[in-house]
Amino acid sequence: MYIKLENINKTFGNFKASNNVNIEIEKGKLVALLGPSGSGKTTILRMLAGLEHQDSGDIYIDEKLVNGIPVQDRGIGFVFQSYALFPYLTVYDNIAYGMKIRKKSKDEIDSKVEELLELVGLKGLGKRFPDQLSGGQRQRVAFARALATEPQVLLLDEPFAAIDAKVRKDLRRWLKEMIEKLGITSIFVTHDQDEAVEVADELIITNEGKVEQIGTPVDIYRNPKTAFVAQFIGDSVILEDYEYEKLKGFTRQEGAPKAAIRPEFVNVIHSSGNKEQSSAYMPGKIVHTEFRGNSMELTIEYEGIELKAAHQIDDFQAKKGDDILFKVTRLYAFDDDNAYTLINEILKDNPEMYYI
Amino acid sequence: MEIKKIINRVLKSGLITWVLLLAIWSIGSLFYTPDFLPNPIITLDGAKTLVTSGTLWTDIFVSMSRVLKGWTAGLLFAIPVGLCVGNFKWASYVFEPFLNFFRFVPAIGFITLFLLWFGVEEKSKVALIFYAVIFPVMVNTIAGVRSVDHSLIEAAESMGASKRRTFFTVVFPSAIPNIFTGVRLGLSSAIICIVAAEMLAASEGLGYLIYTSRLFYRTDWIFAGIFTLGLIGLLADMLLRFLGKKFLYRFGVR
Repeated sequence: MYIKLENINKTFGNFKASNNVNIEIEKGKLVALLGPSGSGKTTILRMLAGLEHQDSGDIYIDEKLVNGIPVQDRGIGFVFQSYALFPYLTVYDNIAYGMKIRKKSKDEIDSKVEELLELVGLKGLGKRFPDQLSGGQRQRVAFARALATEPQVLLLDEPFAAIDAKVRKDLRRWLKEMIEKLGITSIFVTHDQDEAVEVADELIITNEGKVEQIGTPVDIYRNPKTAFVAQFIGDSVILEDYEYEKLKGFTRQEGAPKAAIRPEFVNVIHSSGNKEQSSAYMPGKIVHTEFRGNSMELTIEYEGIELKAAHQIDDFQAKKGDDILFKVTRLYAFDDDNAYTLINEILKDNPEMYYI
Repeated sequence: MEIKKIINRVLKSGLITWVLLLAIWSIGSLFYTPDFLPNPIITLDGAKTLVTSGTLWTDIFVSMSRVLKGWTAGLLFAIPVGLCVGNFKWASYVFEPFLNFFRFVPAIGFITLFLLWFGVEEKSKVALIFYAVIFPVMVNTIAGVRSVDHSLIEAAESMGASKRRTFFTVVFPSAIPNIFTGVRLGLSSAIICIVAAEMLAASEGLGYLIYTSRLFYRTDWIFAGIFTLGLIGLLADMLLRFLGKKFLYRFGVR
């Protein structure tokens, strides 16, 4: 493994930021550290960079133990959440900063800065100061600057957090393409699931200082291994006390009284729909609707349970108070530690497409 | 539109303040004798006398050269020391108690001692200004160093910068706006201090002029001296701000 964290522990005062963290990352992968705030994801990134030091445990980069190696010599590039560009230096000088430390020749620096500016799409802006750039442009400069020293690993701390929604989407795609092109092993921190799923090859889910699950986005969405992941990923509704038994096609999973159901697992059809289509349909009532741009989120009431369903507007008009039919394709039953994927038993025989 | 613009400009220029001041002064002077409160015209006459006789120029020159010497020496000492105190723990342990004690003791309190130690000549006045300048400069420099955005330091280090390099390329440049504020405050302390010092122990200078004018019942000269001081301070600060904006703009000096 290219990057390895072994039994890492770290506390700040009484706060356990890392609790026996074990992570392995392959070379060339783009990995997201995903978790709620305070879950210790940034701490992991900073320890990897050498900006923070673990209380115990070992960190390896490229099979080399780097515990005692200071940030200056770790060969990492770090992109800060607030960009951390030097405001008193031009874009050119910001990018050249690390190369000057390495005593590169003027020509070498010149051509490298040019190359990087072109790479990040900011050609000709070298003479500007950071405050003359937009947020997205600053982020690109920060990215170019981190790459200028040709690091073995690129670390990004909430790289899109300070950028407005529209630009963020473009920038995500841009970053993913860029990193794939360069083939540099990269790890970024985020609390935004969409961002993590869209950008990363692999997710590391953290919670309360622990690593909950590591895997590809599809794997983590389809097969959450822990109770936390089942609830955290997706916009789930949580049912307690085996309430999920009331749903057609599901039976009790002993020891797992709770269930997480995502809107995309709930399928809604018009009440006049062909009931014979499947015996898995149950009658429900829409108690709330929320417009989501290209789709709607319906809140459905059924025997005292409230579920959320994703509904395509084109299918049929749905409004508050309507009676509809719905089925649940799958859910995650879980106890305090483990999560189990339950697939609707009625539908098992004639499997349908599952949404991820 | 045009008229509005002109009114706006006049308002912003601070002209109104001066017109108001002159008006109040003129009206006030109607009720008193010129010895007690000379009106603006008498004061202007007095100033003319001082200018034509050359005294005013000499006094300005003498005072300002003292200010310049003490101020420059003060900056040369206080900025590096402030940077060290702000940046290095050991320096803050050594200097800060001293700093926090003496910055509450005004320079005037030291006049007698400085006269005793440095003599009645220039040295004692320059030393006094030096003393008055170093505190505002140091306090602001230290504040500047301590308010440096920590992520800038981490960014520099992540690119391989040593502590030393980080100090010179990140900490110092980031502290420049605060240091500059200190420099400006230092100049005003210097001017305040030199006048007080010249009143007590000098044979030339604006402070001396203001103080000795009472011996000749020349209240108008006192007024002329006061205005000269205010004007010099104002112009010096304007010049400093202009230079700061011109040369230190990129560091955030506005």
